[in-house]
Amino acid sequence: MASLRPAEVRARGVLIPTVVSIPSIDTDEELRRHVRSLSGVDAVGLESRVAKLGTRSLKLSTKMTAIDLAISMVDLTTLEGADTPGRVSSLCAKARRPDPTDAVVPHVAAVCVYPDLVALAGRALADTSVAVASVATAFPSGRASLGVKLHDVAEAIDAGADEIDMVIDRGAFLAGRWGQVFDEIVAVKAACGDAHLKVILETGELVTYDNVKRASWIAMLAGADFIKTSTGKVGVNATLPVALVMLEAVRDFAELSGRVTGVKVAGGIRGTKDALRYLVLVNETVGDAWLSPEYFRFGASSLLNDLLMQRRKQLSGVYPRPDEFSGD
Amino acid sequence: MIENSATSPLGALRYDVAPESASLAHLRKSYGLFIDGDFTPPESHEQFETINPATGETLATVALADTADVDRAVASARRAYERVWSSTPGTERAKYLYRIARLIQERSRELAVVETLDNGKPIRESRDVDVPLAAAHFFYYAGWADKLEHAGFGAHPRPLGVAGQIIPWNFPLLMAAWKLAPALAAGNTCVLKPAETTPLSALVLAEILQQAGLPEGVVNIITGDATTGAALVEHPGVDKIAFTGSTEVGRLIQERVAATSKRLTLELGGKGANIVFEDAPIDEVIEGIIDGIFFNQGHVCCAGSRLLVQESVADEVLRRLLRRVDQLRVGDPMDKNTDVGAINSLAQLERIRELTDWGEREGATRYTSACALPDKGLWFAPTVFSDVAQSHRIAREEIFGPVLSVLTFRTPEEAVTKANNSKYGLACGVWSEKGSRTLWVAQRLRAGVIWANTYNKFDPTSPFGGVRESGFGREGGRHGLEAYLDV
Repeated sequence: MASLRPAEVRARGVLIPTVVSIPSIDTDEELRRHVRSLSGVDAVGLESRVAKLGTRSLKLSTKMTAIDLAISMVDLTTLEGADTPGRVSSLCAKARRPDPTDAVVPHVAAVCVYPDLVALAGRALADTSVAVASVATAFPSGRASLGVKLHDVAEAIDAGADEIDMVIDRGAFLAGRWGQVFDEIVAVKAACGDAHLKVILETGELVTYDNVKRASWIAMLAGADFIKTSTGKVGVNATLPVALVMLEAVRDFAELSGRVTGVKVAGGIRGTKDALRYLVLVNETVGDAWLSPEYFRFGASSLLNDLLMQRRKQLSGVYPRPDEFSGD
Repeated sequence: MIENSATSPLGALRYDVAPESASLAHLRKSYGLFIDGDFTPPESHEQFETINPATGETLATVALADTADVDRAVASARRAYERVWSSTPGTERAKYLYRIARLIQERSRELAVVETLDNGKPIRESRDVDVPLAAAHFFYYAGWADKLEHAGFGAHPRPLGVAGQIIPWNFPLLMAAWKLAPALAAGNTCVLKPAETTPLSALVLAEILQQAGLPEGVVNIITGDATTGAALVEHPGVDKIAFTGSTEVGRLIQERVAATSKRLTLELGGKGANIVFEDAPIDEVIEGIIDGIFFNQGHVCCAGSRLLVQESVADEVLRRLLRRVDQLRVGDPMDKNTDVGAINSLAQLERIRELTDWGEREGATRYTSACALPDKGLWFAPTVFSDVAQSHRIAREEIFGPVLSVLTFRTPEEAVTKANNSKYGLACGVWSEKGSRTLWVAQRLRAGVIWANTYNKFDPTSPFGGVRESGFGREGGRHGLEAYLDV
């Protein structure tokens, strides 16, 4: 019988090695072997864990801390064909000072726009630490040649983007061409230079939790700084179970490699209650190191105002009228 | 990128207290015996206190039923059987059961609070598991009441008469529902005796029966101690005894009932094996192990108290498991964020301490969660023993507490042999992504319930019960009717 020594294996929290050593993937075969060796995800168990964590009750000072944390994690996003310089400018004003009546409210993490509006956003946020994030790589479908995608990235970087939100080729992933997905991420990462790379898995199109787990690992092995659920452009966007799978993946990857990868949940997160549920998942799955905008983000637009409203309610005891906050 | 960090503590975002309100319980100062449709003072003139195990405070006093009280209760049940219930059509019995189910739902918050105060289990569990499942059992058996002839027990299955039902303290309300719902659906009348340390939710249920307009005497609820239970078992006017509790007491009951015309079903102890194969979904396995042994402080007859893990993944599973054990929130059961509550009685706490001391003495390696425990009340920190051998007491005896014994195996055959090497046979879990192996193992396990890639899942449609020293008879599902029918 194996001798199991709890004293030796005891690990309070997530154990992240101090030396970073990411497994090198040189061939398609190596990638395939690595990804196939991951244990499966049981959907019933996963969803019941999420349901149980959904009953956590955040009150009083915890709620206040969590709301402020959530505000600081927002990537304030506008990704519409109708985006104009005026719209982006007003979004940037909102991002740097979400509640003009209360200087204590933190600024958001980033403003997320299409590449052609990056320069404008950069100017509007020049004297702040709010980052400018740009979607790229033929967002949202990713249906373009690698050359076009890299050009898209280069333009965003040249315009001053601090962060790039790329999409993976879901067609290639679902067809089993994992190597192609991996190589594209590697190429985009190289094109990013110092900019942070968020890799959008578009989990609504990957459908199964096993696929989400595999895609998460492919992205991390390829060098992603963040893995992100969704574009916000398909029917199913971020869900709590998908976020849990991704959080477990970044935890396991950190324990294996010493590298901490961030997680961004995006699409459909509109209320404070939803945001707090995600923070509970973060808290109880990966813990302290991820409880900061450096490693966890909400991609959202309408969420911010609800957070501000709930924050005001916590302080004053009454709900303010929605019109007390600016639309964007 | 963090390059020099050692660990990231889980749960670093501290949760402020989020207590449920104890005043919702609306407890009376003292309760009589529920006989013939009303609360009546006991012939014994004796009352005893029921305490909150999390604080040591007295919640209420309840009546101690003696032989004369048992006599009254059985006589009341007999009258109700002969004059009313045996001639009440199934469709009418169903109406009462539906009504009871709905009233349980309406008063669910009150019931959850009462259950948590009296038992010590976390409010999250009484609110999300005990009370909804109790209502579900009444709903389910309400549906059977007018369909007994189609239940597969012949054309005219008949009720047995008066059922004496003795239930344990681990799921007080739920066990009352498991006993009453099928008995009433089948046309029997009942004398229910709740456990000595947890009588309150059954007394609230008595109020609900009144509210539902259930005819007088169809259900009688008598509180008391072991002598009350013994008097009920030995009463000649009882046609059927249904008992859930320890194997030790079950054996005594079987001796007393022997050579009488009384029918008997027993749901007794267990030492459930949770078998984890190397290909199992690791994160859900950890949650399954946690649910299996720490649900309801491990006060669960079917608890997965033995973890059998394939040796090739044992270190990995144990490491992740201990990390998760450290994260369990132990403390005030009324706090909505509590995962593990109080131990129900001092006697049970002493039993847990005795067996865990033996675990150390016999050479197993002990790991106890570093969680802080409250000063007052009865507590036991979640504990995991590794390096456990089949011969250790902690691998053979039911601890009935938050204590897991971890053993390893090499092959499916060895897993089955070790799982079956127990005097009990109530429940097992099998964790694997390979369906064919799960079925192969399940066919060879000697246990009444086998869960695949899950644990401690209960549903009124599914029969539950054991083999060997875990008892006989089934509760739940169509099978559960058989215990209350002359077939």
